[in-house]
Amino acid sequence: MHPGSLLAIISPHFDTELFLKFVFSPSEALLGGLAITIYAAVTAQLIGIVLGVLSALAGMARHPILRSISGVYIWFFRGTPVLVQIVLLYYGTPYLLGVDLFPLDMRVGSLDLSGAVLAGILALGVNEGAYMSEIVRAGILSVDPGQSEAAKSLGMTYRLTMSRIVLPQALRVIIPPLGNEFNNMLKTTSLLSIIAVEELFRNASSVAAATFKPFEPLLGVSLYYLLLTTIWSTIQGRIERRLGVSSGRSDERMSWRARMLGRRTRSADSVGMGH
Amino acid sequence: MSGGSSLLDAIGGVPRPTTDTVVEATNVEKSFGKLQVLKGVCLTVKRREVVVMIGASGSGKTTFIRCVNHLERIHAGRIFVNGHLIGYREENGKLVEDKEQNIARQRQEIGMVFQRFNLFPHMTALGNIVEAPIRVRRVAQAEAIETGRALLARVGLAHKADVYPSQLSGGQQQRVAIARALAMKPALMLFDEPTSALDPEMIGEVLDVMKELALEGMTMIVVSHEMGFAREVADRVVMMDDGRIIEEGTPDHFFTNPQEERTKAFLSKIL
Repeated sequence: MHPGSLLAIISPHFDTELFLKFVFSPSEALLGGLAITIYAAVTAQLIGIVLGVLSALAGMARHPILRSISGVYIWFFRGTPVLVQIVLLYYGTPYLLGVDLFPLDMRVGSLDLSGAVLAGILALGVNEGAYMSEIVRAGILSVDPGQSEAAKSLGMTYRLTMSRIVLPQALRVIIPPLGNEFNNMLKTTSLLSIIAVEELFRNASSVAAATFKPFEPLLGVSLYYLLLTTIWSTIQGRIERRLGVSSGRSDERMSWRARMLGRRTRSADSVGMGH
Repeated sequence: MSGGSSLLDAIGGVPRPTTDTVVEATNVEKSFGKLQVLKGVCLTVKRREVVVMIGASGSGKTTFIRCVNHLERIHAGRIFVNGHLIGYREENGKLVEDKEQNIARQRQEIGMVFQRFNLFPHMTALGNIVEAPIRVRRVAQAEAIETGRALLARVGLAHKADVYPSQLSGGQQQRVAIARALAMKPALMLFDEPTSALDPEMIGEVLDVMKELALEGMTMIVVSHEMGFAREVADRVVMMDDGRIIEEGTPDHFFTNPQEERTKAFLSKIL
């Protein structure tokens, strides 16, 4: 028993040595898990942003078919658990199609990825797109319609109007909830453990199983998640401050709210975003 | 205001018109839901002509000029600008809305100035002006900036090139908005109540720019109740009421012997 450990005083079962070793001399496997967690969260979020923008634009299009595609997409992916979606994609679709879509070893570009990581990123990204769609929509609606009228009157096409005038202004409304989404995404990657992706949580679980000590590695991995989300909060704060400055307006209130009112559940947030 | 040289010199003189008749609108009808706001408007505007539209709010004058660059769809009638049917193709005598790219191309020839300025808040004054020439007209950046600075100088805002709209007064914003529209070298300028969102002391500076533009030969349709402006530069004043043009004539006609009762009633309120 390690002397001087607070938890060791509270409980004689707490293995301070294991805890400190897990956190401060991380195994290669844990660092690998950290890398996968970050990689999966970033790529899934990027996929989510792209799908969210496309879905938001489709949802606001004049064409009824585009609008209903967006509607069904949001309806399905916000209406079913992301865990079910992950399993459905990884185990369900190869079975249905009779094709090994996600083989154990595969190369995507210059990256070695297991099929499970790829499936996991796709599932998280597609799910995230449904949430981002609502956020982007709210952002676009927050821009004064006079802005796109002015752009149109100058001969700008829809594409130019969106990319140069409307979306850049929608960003100041999109960025705070987007920050929350990414905070959430960093943690939601732990669900990928269910399809055997060796991310942070799965690694900690293996250590727990091997040592018969379920507390120390999971508390340790919690610190890793906290580190990730804390670093992200700082980055987000900087982005928001920069956005606030570039158009000569203060953004203090918005960034304060966004960071202090981090959300707990997805459903709570989507209600908060409003329709 | 111009400091010696003219506004239109900054964009290479009066943009070459392709026809003598710049605007030809016939029997334009438009409804919002069940409310019909335009009930057959006919208006012809010749090259270099300045037409001022007056009328009570809700009479359809703003809606009409918004139809001229297809910010609003019309339900009947035709609007031609420079001989091009605006916003629609004709197929078997029926109007079919034109492709988005074609509409965008038509709008390049039609400048518009809005009541609420609608400057892009995330771009500097100069950025607002050069955006469309660079992205839409594909003018070289250096050339667009040169033209943009010249235009800013002519509207008296050379020193504000790198300032964001939120740091400009209403009058300054509206002058930038006029420069922004001119930078596309339009053959026609539409003004939608350009001074009615301004504090009284700023109205003059905007009207001065508009007067100069009118005197230099720009073809303009101006929705405004500034009768002083109309008297000085308008070739024609058009009175709208309940979705129709009820009276047209020279500014003098309106000042000395308006015919329609509603015109008289309206003028007695604003003069």
